[in-house]
Amino acid sequence: MTTAGREPHVELLNISKRFGGVQALDDVTVRIAAGSVHALVGENGAGKSTLSKICAGVMPPDAGSIVIAGVPVTLRSPRDALLHGIASIAQELALVPHLSVEQNVFLGSEPAAGAFLRPRALRKAFNALAAEAGFDLDPAALVGGLRTADQQKVEILRALSRGASMIIMDEPSAALSGPDTARLHAVIKHLAGTGHTVVLISHFLSEVLQLADTVTILRDGRHVRTAPARDENNASLIEGMLGRTLESVFPDKPPRPSSDAPVVFAASDVTAPGVNNVSIEVRAGEIVGLAGLVGAGRTELARALTGAAPAVSADVRLHGKQVALRSPRHALRRGVVMIPESRKEQGLVLQRAIDENVTLANLSDYSRGGMIGRRREQKAVRGVLEQVRVKAPSLSSPIAGLSGGNQQKTLFARALLCKPSVLVADEPTRGVDVGSRRAIYDLIVEQAQAGVGVVVISSDVEEVLGLAHRVLVMRGGRVVAELTDDQMTEANVLHAAFAEVRPDQTQEPGDATDD
Amino acid sequence: MRPMTEQRSRVRKTAGQPAPAAAGASAPWSQRLSRLGGGAPIVARWRRAGILFPRVVLFVVLSASSGPFFTKNNLLNILDQQSATLIMAAAGTLVLVAGGIDLSVGANYALSGVVAAQVLQHNSIGLGIAAGVGVGLLVGLANGVITTFFRINSLIATLAMSFIASGIASRVTNGNLLVLTGKPDFAKIARTDFLTVRTSIWIMVICVLLLGVLLARTTTGRYLYAAGGNAEAARLAGVRVKGVRIVAFAASGAAAGIAGIIDASRVLSAQASSGNQLAFTVLAGIVVGGTSILGGDGAIWRTVAGVLFIALVGNGYDLLGVNPLYEQITLGVILLLAVGVDAWSRTQRT
Repeated sequence: MTTAGREPHVELLNISKRFGGVQALDDVTVRIAAGSVHALVGENGAGKSTLSKICAGVMPPDAGSIVIAGVPVTLRSPRDALLHGIASIAQELALVPHLSVEQNVFLGSEPAAGAFLRPRALRKAFNALAAEAGFDLDPAALVGGLRTADQQKVEILRALSRGASMIIMDEPSAALSGPDTARLHAVIKHLAGTGHTVVLISHFLSEVLQLADTVTILRDGRHVRTAPARDENNASLIEGMLGRTLESVFPDKPPRPSSDAPVVFAASDVTAPGVNNVSIEVRAGEIVGLAGLVGAGRTELARALTGAAPAVSADVRLHGKQVALRSPRHALRRGVVMIPESRKEQGLVLQRAIDENVTLANLSDYSRGGMIGRRREQKAVRGVLEQVRVKAPSLSSPIAGLSGGNQQKTLFARALLCKPSVLVADEPTRGVDVGSRRAIYDLIVEQAQAGVGVVVISSDVEEVLGLAHRVLVMRGGRVVAELTDDQMTEANVLHAAFAEVRPDQTQEPGDATDD
Repeated sequence: MRPMTEQRSRVRKTAGQPAPAAAGASAPWSQRLSRLGGGAPIVARWRRAGILFPRVVLFVVLSASSGPFFTKNNLLNILDQQSATLIMAAAGTLVLVAGGIDLSVGANYALSGVVAAQVLQHNSIGLGIAAGVGVGLLVGLANGVITTFFRINSLIATLAMSFIASGIASRVTNGNLLVLTGKPDFAKIARTDFLTVRTSIWIMVICVLLLGVLLARTTTGRYLYAAGGNAEAARLAGVRVKGVRIVAFAASGAAAGIAGIIDASRVLSAQASSGNQLAFTVLAGIVVGGTSILGGDGAIWRTVAGVLFIALVGNGYDLLGVNPLYEQITLGVILLLAVGVDAWSRTQRT
């Protein structure tokens, strides 16, 4: 298929969007041809989702204009966008599980006579629509019982029933198994074949190359290039998505511990929900990076290792001694400390005071017979907050009042008070401003220098490479690559994460030792 | 027959005790203050003390408008009548702080009272008291285990438990009033004067202080706040969330037991239906004091202030000869105000 000569369906012209201190989109112009499959690719945070949300009316751009079929429009809401024929299918499907397929498709626009529904008219309308789209779905089946791929079809039908001519799909295959992915691909091809425009956001480059007519690459909120998919390949896409030197946001790495440094933590054959037979070991003073796509099993591994979601089976050795980390409490007592992924949901008690949050994990260190020694506690809190460079006006004010960066540093303070021998930091800089980011990197490096074995999980490949001595890449619940020294490049990490693994980087499961 | 008169006097007292409610005015005040100050620590402290303002105002108004109000006898009488409610509300505060709710305290209070009465009719008074408190504690422990390990929502679990406890209490009494006039010594538990103040009040003060210290000064108290504020964060920080929640429910149950015995001792009788509305009166007092129904926030002193505020309104209306109807309506309005302001202040915070 070629896009040359086709009319532009939607034009996004000079779009800019800022979130607080982050320029999410900077003067991006994309023209999407009618009846084409147009893919948006880029790293996490490159601006793909922001661009698609602006296109779908979820948020307005700060600057720039949207032109649909030659007419400039303002999209104030998703409803507005739908009136212009643009529908968006999010990663999280918005269906009502207890209603049937046809009821979901026509939710809010049911054929009715006055206040009374007309079931037969509903069935008729559904059948007509399904035939047109070429979908074979049982109209009476409950949506909650359908597989994800079929639920996506329901969403697509709903969009089509509202007269959508362009459908934006954000990571539609992320939650799908192999056969379902193939079904989805057929659906996308069918949509394009029947004159609909599809905007596809995907992490899976092979999918992009296979389905798309045109590919737009974004990086750090900027437009890199838009080119016909047939002119691109894996390597060219990855190069376009990276293409930038590492800035000096990272502290100097401490020297990599020698191969005879003691192994503080070794877990082998870890199997847990979302984790498939993974082995990992960390030496004293070593920073191990865990990279991979969202959903690759990194967080699940961290939770299994720290007792948050105990492993189904694992052989865990701490300082060479076999232990079973049954609960977070159990792990903390033994010096295995995790800083969780979501600080608001898993880390902080937001309405409680700063000092209470800092000492939550080791409160018994300051208490005698259950009575808290307030003075000792306050002293410890002040000391550790100084260490992590948090300045708080009052230790007794709610922690919700601190900035994201300071909140994250407070979680580090809590972890440090537990005197970790193993520290697992899951997305340590998510939602953190640039200034605090460096301070958090410094803290991680300081801990490694002090002999702590550190595991850093991050979706930001640069961050993993900038901090870690050694990087494990996960995909589908397994460690698919172990990279050291000059193998540690963004291209290698992305190749492994996106399934383009070179044979020499594969490792046998259960053999996660040094190169 | 004697039982009848006993019963009537008892009913009146219990009715007065779960006094109607009210203290929501506290919250508008606190909000106003916090808006003025924009969050400085001093203002925050004023804000937290906001519950005291309406009480002081009410106190002054009542003292000025009603002669008998501001007398030692009247005030001590209020405390005496409220001692059981205060003990249960103080313990119930732990449950709310930990993110739960205990609707079974009323039925548990009645069950403990009748079990104690039944046992001490044929045994020593000490054994009766132990049996009553023990039953209360057991019911509380059951609540705790059911809501944590069996993951049944505490609203439903304790509602169910209140039916069960009520049923058992009726079975114990066969529907009769248990009269303890044969055990005059039992009355001494609550009705002895010590330093011119009744022992019911002393017991209440000791219980409330102990619970206050538990919540404000111990690791368990801190963990209760954490469990109610963010259970998953607390768990990941090594807090035994289920354990502390069970402690809270157990305390609430034991408190109901103690309260049941105090009131049985005060009126020298016990019956299965005595706690019918009590759970809601207790809850009203806690919430009016400003403890959040969503967990993670609250304090024992607030609950004391809330319960007494409600009692003062009731007492004042009585003394001023206002129709009791209005007392109930006032209680409802004040409760709505208190919860409304809590919800509103939460949306302001985030």
